[in-house]
Amino acid sequence: MAGQMVINKRVKYRPSVKEAGIPGVLLMTEDKFTFTPNDPRSLARLEVDFRSIKGHMVSKDGSKDALLNLKYDIEGKSRGYIFEFDNFPDRNACRDFVGKILGKIQAMGSSGQNAQTVSAKSAAPVRGEQLSTKEMERRMKLLREDSELQKLHKQLVMSNVLTEAEFWSTRKDLLEADAQRTSKQRSGFKSAMLADVRPLTDGRSNKVTFSLTPEIIHQIFSEKPAVHQAFLSSVPSRMTEKDFWTKYCRAEYLRKTRNRMAAEAEAAEDEELAVFLKHDDILANEIRRKVRRVDPSLDMAADLGDDYMHLPDHGILRDGNKETSDLENEIPVRTFAHDINRHAAVVLEGRALDVELGDTRTVAEELARSKQAELATETSDENIDRERLERVYRMTEIDDLHDPQKLPFAPLCIKDPREYFDSQQANALKALRDTGSGTKPINLSAEEAYNFVMDQISEVLSSGLSDPVVQPETALKVLNGLSQQLSSTKYHFGKNPQESIFDGLPRKDKDELLHHWSSIQELLRHFWSSYPITTAYLYNKVLRLKDAMTDIYHKLQKLKDSAQSDFRHQISLLVQPMLQALDAAFAHYDMEQLKNSNKSRNTPNGFVQQA
Amino acid sequence: MASKLYTDDVSLVVVLLDVNPFFWGGALKKTTTTTNSPSVLSFSNFLNHVLPFLNSILLLNQLNQVVVIACGANTCGYIYDSSETKTSEAGVGGSGRMPDLCERVLGSLEEFVVNDQRTGWGADPTAANAASGMLSGSLSLALCYIQRVLRGGLLHPQPRILCVQGSPDGPEQYVAVMNSIFSAQRSMVPIDSCVIGVQHSAFLQQASYITGGVYLKPQQLDGLFQYLSMVFATDLHSRNFIQLPKPVGVDFRASCFCHKKTIDMGYVCSVCLSIFCKQHKKCSTCGSEFNQPHLVPISTSEQK
Repeated sequence: MAGQMVINKRVKYRPSVKEAGIPGVLLMTEDKFTFTPNDPRSLARLEVDFRSIKGHMVSKDGSKDALLNLKYDIEGKSRGYIFEFDNFPDRNACRDFVGKILGKIQAMGSSGQNAQTVSAKSAAPVRGEQLSTKEMERRMKLLREDSELQKLHKQLVMSNVLTEAEFWSTRKDLLEADAQRTSKQRSGFKSAMLADVRPLTDGRSNKVTFSLTPEIIHQIFSEKPAVHQAFLSSVPSRMTEKDFWTKYCRAEYLRKTRNRMAAEAEAAEDEELAVFLKHDDILANEIRRKVRRVDPSLDMAADLGDDYMHLPDHGILRDGNKETSDLENEIPVRTFAHDINRHAAVVLEGRALDVELGDTRTVAEELARSKQAELATETSDENIDRERLERVYRMTEIDDLHDPQKLPFAPLCIKDPREYFDSQQANALKALRDTGSGTKPINLSAEEAYNFVMDQISEVLSSGLSDPVVQPETALKVLNGLSQQLSSTKYHFGKNPQESIFDGLPRKDKDELLHHWSSIQELLRHFWSSYPITTAYLYNKVLRLKDAMTDIYHKLQKLKDSAQSDFRHQISLLVQPMLQALDAAFAHYDMEQLKNSNKSRNTPNGFVQQA
Repeated sequence: MASKLYTDDVSLVVVLLDVNPFFWGGALKKTTTTTNSPSVLSFSNFLNHVLPFLNSILLLNQLNQVVVIACGANTCGYIYDSSETKTSEAGVGGSGRMPDLCERVLGSLEEFVVNDQRTGWGADPTAANAASGMLSGSLSLALCYIQRVLRGGLLHPQPRILCVQGSPDGPEQYVAVMNSIFSAQRSMVPIDSCVIGVQHSAFLQQASYITGGVYLKPQQLDGLFQYLSMVFATDLHSRNFIQLPKPVGVDFRASCFCHKKTIDMGYVCSVCLSIFCKQHKKCSTCGSEFNQPHLVPISTSEQK
């Protein structure tokens, strides 16, 4: 850092947003800022430590006032010191400065002194965290948005279990995702129709005004390839851009007013103008190409009359007139339906241009380029024809006239059903002897067994049934045992998918469990990723992590023991996996420790190393 | 069959009794060594608990029907059908010392045991041979009987199967037992199981779980009648209103087809779904060859 950085600006201090500012001077150093009012009698003198500042906000560049709001908390309520700057550059300089300082304070944690001793202890090179303000802001934003994360951050980083960098290194994806989210969304075409290049008549003179914006021009180029073509070929070689658009607007006007005679006359006179009025060949080609790709089984000719356009009293009203299609004219009439279809097609294709809309010429060229690329990727006509034929063949195929389709398959043949259903006695016996020998006596001959059973049957036959069937005490015992078994919670646990054990817990325990769980996860992730320990830095980190985990372990034990009797079982169930995960980590730590101590003991007198 | 009588409180209970002499013989040996512990039951005591239970099912509803299938070491067979006695000689005969039902059951049980012994005469005389009873066979008999009753006859009772089993599972019967279980599931016949052996029975756990029956392993075997009457006596309709024991955990492990071992993890033939404990080049059941995976798509396309 290049010495003490200081910022000194002329500002107005506003005690609240509405009030007028008190003019004065704002002086910012690395640890505090002071405001000295110009009027020495004023009481609005400020001297504030940056540590008490929780964040800062600014008004947007170009808004009415250049404001900087330094937020602080008083009794849990958020307040702010609001400064009004003379201009935006001054404000921005201050903003960046404050951002840097707040970032540094954040990085150091609440106790900067401690952090230094810890980093001094760890032998790894302490990289001063040279973070851009942007990065810092992103982190702050994430912390602000996610209270879970904030809690975790507070617990682990503030208590020096993890350093700031360690904490964030596992969350790079979060930071990146946040960065990506801010990237600009591309806008497509408006879905509003271009009918809006309406002539504006002022009513007094005969002048008609068209207004074209770059947006509209782009749209015209996309929707009317002929105009696009004409523009590319004639501007600026033959006429200026202004002349071109004048001509275009004139043609549009003629079309609008339906002055057919006039239009024809003009077209005959001026061939450039005729381009705009004539049928658009490029468009027609494109349409033809598209029609070829329509499902061949669809009979479009049959649907031709379905629009009722030819019948009297049918049709579309546009600009107060009814459109009728008559095709005999030399200059074809563009119908509303044409317009709508074309517009819809263009909107759906989307805007593929990356250039800024502004210079008409570049827009036109860029559009031409993208069109060409599009054409190149499309399959040639020949291919399409073949494909079409194949499709027609497939669609008109009559199944009944074909052989049944034979799919290649291998029939299932079970060679010997006995192998499937019967037992392989020898193997089974072996298995049985292996598993069952412990539970029953083997040295029992069939003879003996059958005789025994027969004896028992005849015994029952001769002596009759016992009376009572069950001893009352036994019956009571069974009854109690069964009902207890049925009513115990163990049987209802997890049987109902709608109710979760977790939701039944008291809120406090629930929160505590969740918090412990997330911090354990974080600690364990760092713990396991530190192995194998290669540097002293990692060694220290593991030590720190282990201590923190032991801490949580004790807390969990306490939580388990202090739980109310109703919930003790549930809580212990939930805590168990956490304890197990921690135990595994401790066991690993101890084992590594043991291995290390063995190694170090071996080293001095191990002659292998000396040789 | 329009005149068939559909009722929800008439039950057809098929009881599968474990009459495996090796199981009961083993129990005898234990009773002689340990003095009358409540966890071991002699066959006579067992009959003393089961016969009154059968009788009580018949008492619950006049139309109830009980069928008993004995399940021996080598054979299994019907030993009692309450519908036959009713028609032929209702209440006639008998010494009067015990209910008619018991005498009949005991009589045919004796016959069955003699027959069972004769069937297995030439076979391996050691106990390990038939340590597991004929569970699959008796389940099939029960299902066949139920089908016969449901398809013919005037009554349409609610059928269920109750297995009172002590013998350990025979892994070699795995496929047959599972097939029976699935057909019971299909015909919506619940299989209740009461395990009186030392170990839990994975077969019966699965059977009850899949068919929606009750699985119970009583702790106090000298109170067996109490268990039976509390848990298994109620008809299916009433079960909707009663809290019955639910399985805490079911052992879903399968037996492999090659060695009939119970396995946790194995290989499954993609064609016939046979289960193996080791990887084979060829399925021993259906003969499908398990090719190297990358060769398969090439060869099929070339054949075409």
